[in-house]
Amino acid sequence: MSAALSAHGLQKSYGGKRALDGVDLEIGEGELLGLLGPNGAGKSTLTKIACGLVSPTDGGVEVLGHAAGSREARAEIGYLAELFRFPGWATSDELLTLHQRLAGSPGGEAERSRLLDLVGLADAAGTRVEAMSKGMQQRLGIAQALIGSPRLLLLDEPTSALDPVGRRIVREVLDGLRDSGVSILLNSHLLTEVELVCDRVSILVGGRVVREGRPSELVGPGGVKVETGTGTKVFEGRTREDVPGIVAELVAAGEEIYEVGLRHASLEEIYLDAVGGKTG
Amino acid sequence: MSALGPVGTIIGYALREGLRRRIFAVVLALTVAFLVLYAVAAHFAFRDVQSFAAGQGGLIDPVSFTGSTIFGLAMFSILFLGAVLAVFLTLGVVRGDAESGLLQPLVVRPVGRSVMLLSRFAGAGLLATAYVLCVYFACLGITTTAGDWSPDHALGPGVGLAFAVAIIAALSILVSVFLSATAQGIAVFMVFGAGLVAGLLDQIGQAIDSGTLHSIGQVGSWVLPFEGLYAGSLHALVSDTSGLTGFVLQLGPFGGSEAAGAPLIAWSVIYAAAILTVACWGFRRRDL
Repeated sequence: MSAALSAHGLQKSYGGKRALDGVDLEIGEGELLGLLGPNGAGKSTLTKIACGLVSPTDGGVEVLGHAAGSREARAEIGYLAELFRFPGWATSDELLTLHQRLAGSPGGEAERSRLLDLVGLADAAGTRVEAMSKGMQQRLGIAQALIGSPRLLLLDEPTSALDPVGRRIVREVLDGLRDSGVSILLNSHLLTEVELVCDRVSILVGGRVVREGRPSELVGPGGVKVETGTGTKVFEGRTREDVPGIVAELVAAGEEIYEVGLRHASLEEIYLDAVGGKTG
Repeated sequence: MSALGPVGTIIGYALREGLRRRIFAVVLALTVAFLVLYAVAAHFAFRDVQSFAAGQGGLIDPVSFTGSTIFGLAMFSILFLGAVLAVFLTLGVVRGDAESGLLQPLVVRPVGRSVMLLSRFAGAGLLATAYVLCVYFACLGITTTAGDWSPDHALGPGVGLAFAVAIIAALSILVSVFLSATAQGIAVFMVFGAGLVAGLLDQIGQAIDSGTLHSIGQVGSWVLPFEGLYAGSLHALVSDTSGLTGFVLQLGPFGGSEAAGAPLIAWSVIYAAAILTVACWGFRRRDL
């Protein structure tokens, strides 16, 4: 799988503060990577470098073979910032038209209608941004990021202002985009969200990648849980193969067994373990 | 995508932003009020100066004196209103919009930052200069109608004034790269005020024959060439008026003692280009 985004030895310092400290990261084509980490871990900085808003201090990022920030790279990306604002006077349709012109998208009215429909704003084409809720603006932001059919989508906390229905819409949009071959970098604090949609997860702490892998790999075996007549017993670190031995041991000890189950560590537990309780 | 595509789009965006933010509505209302008051003032000034001049022995031409003085006042007001418009059209264009999150979605599009910044300047500059020319010719029409007076040169002073406002727009764009919106507005108006003060010092230096004050004014005109262009425009109003009338007018508060010669005009073009080059350089290097 070739890389849609490739970061090598990426470093960024703001004055004396190091935001990124040698990050190596790849996103394959058609892959959805979740970027996790506490506030100040460097997630937004990494995303901004990838879309050319911030220059790295050292190292570099390539987007589909082009240097990040170059005109060629920017023509391939869609971006939604964590803190964004659209002009309040513009309607959804006017905003998308503006971005179509800047992106050189020939999609016209059909593309605008399709994207507004995709994010559940089909009835809001003529609604001004200033009359929209924060959640609607965030969904409009996703539609804006999809103008010109980008091959790499960079989303920084795209569901932070959304209600559960809005989050589900975005989840379905991301699933559909991945299925159509779009690569996605998703920055989020919503771990269940990330666990549900991401192919791979990277955890950034202090500007370094401290854990990386598929959610199923990261959340490996968490032990065996047995409901007995005297209460629940948890056998940490044990696997499915250990179950017969555990049950035999308990029965021999006079316990009555009611239920046996395998326990998995959640992404949240993995995350908390990785960040060591740090918060920004 | 053609080269004009993104430029036209960004200019259009800037103009619509100005329209929707009601900048134009406010400026239009203020301009109408100004023109009405100016017409009233011109009417009474020309009427009353006749009786005042009757007792002065004919040393000064009352119509020229009144016309150029009151039109010089109009030029100052037009420069001020044009500067206000230029500053508001460029307010927060870079750092202010970046801090509010408006700029990032636009900058990630495949349009160069320099193209984006120069387009914003073009939009603001075109609009502000068109405004200045419209109000200038409206005031000229009012003055001519009210007092049957016209300046020695009609087109040149208007163009000079418009150019001065374009330079203020360029300065404002440059400051917007480094300062947030409020600080930008304050800084540009302080620079604007400093330029006007330098011009007044030059006038005073001429009147009292002070070489030092005159030099300060001269340096001010070159460091802030919008002031030199403004003073040159005032000078062009009465540059062909001779005798005591011409002498008095050129030393008055709305007279210009120095013509905006070719060197100043050439320097102004280079100055504006340099200001915009530095602004583009700063914008390209800026983390957003």
